[in-house]
Amino acid sequence: MPLEFFLLLAAALFCIGIYGLVTSRNAVRVLMSVELLLNAVNLNLVSFSNYLDGQNIRGQVFTVFVITVAAAEAAVGLAIILAIYRSRDTIDMEQFNLLKW
Amino acid sequence: MNLAEGIRFVCTILLSVMMIGAALGVVLFENIVYSAFTLAGVFMSIAGLYILLNADFVSAAQVLVYVGAVNVLILFAIMLVNKREDFKPVPRRWVRKGSAALVCAGVFALLATMVVKTSWPTDLSLVPPVSAVELIGEHFFSDYLLPFEIASILLLMALVGAIVIARRESIVGEETALVGETPPPVLELPERPREPVA
Repeated sequence: MPLEFFLLLAAALFCIGIYGLVTSRNAVRVLMSVELLLNAVNLNLVSFSNYLDGQNIRGQVFTVFVITVAAAEAAVGLAIILAIYRSRDTIDMEQFNLLKW
Repeated sequence: MNLAEGIRFVCTILLSVMMIGAALGVVLFENIVYSAFTLAGVFMSIAGLYILLNADFVSAAQVLVYVGAVNVLILFAIMLVNKREDFKPVPRRWVRKGSAALVCAGVFALLATMVVKTSWPTDLSLVPPVSAVELIGEHFFSDYLLPFEIASILLLMALVGAIVIARRESIVGEETALVGETPPPVLELPERPREPVA
């Protein structure tokens, strides 16, 4: 498989993630879309580290860092969603306009 | 193409189709629980792709962290905010969805042309290292030591921050001040009421 195949795959996953991030109304689904975006970036990094930097795999090191940050982001994001749900009693993204104007 | 390359090819195609299909399921399913389970499918197929890309340690970390921790966390969040609410219909929502799909297709076209047009200097003659784990460990403790330590501090901050944001504030020791009669056994801590916003 050439490198381009994996890059196209990661690009497709990234675009699906952006679509879900913009259009979904459930706040938990927004977090899932963010996870899709981070996974697309990870796939890019790993394929670059395999094809372009095969001797000292620095892309995989960066992937481990991205996985760490993604785990932290998921925990804090779900805590924020829980707090918003308690105070506003909904998880509809259309009504989270607290800081909008 | 010998047998090993053929198996590799078939596995890559199969995992890619699984990954794209499951990602579409995450975005398009109406039921959010189905989305959470197809998200696990996305993570598992990406772990398989990592193995095909000679990244065994990252694949194991992907399964452990994403499927084992993040996905379970998301399922818990779905159960905690499990409220069957029908969202109020927003007028001309299809315009937003259509324009978002258009923009995403445009971004994909842009990225695809960039990927295809660029001539990547791939060099497959070099054999990959035998043990990726040892190399990653060396990187962590030599030239990437500072980001490694910062990542640990970040995890600690996320841990404490998530607890502080999500916990309820309970009032301890006010209702036991009544003297004389024994209060009925209260099985839950009284909660400090939060003023609802707007």
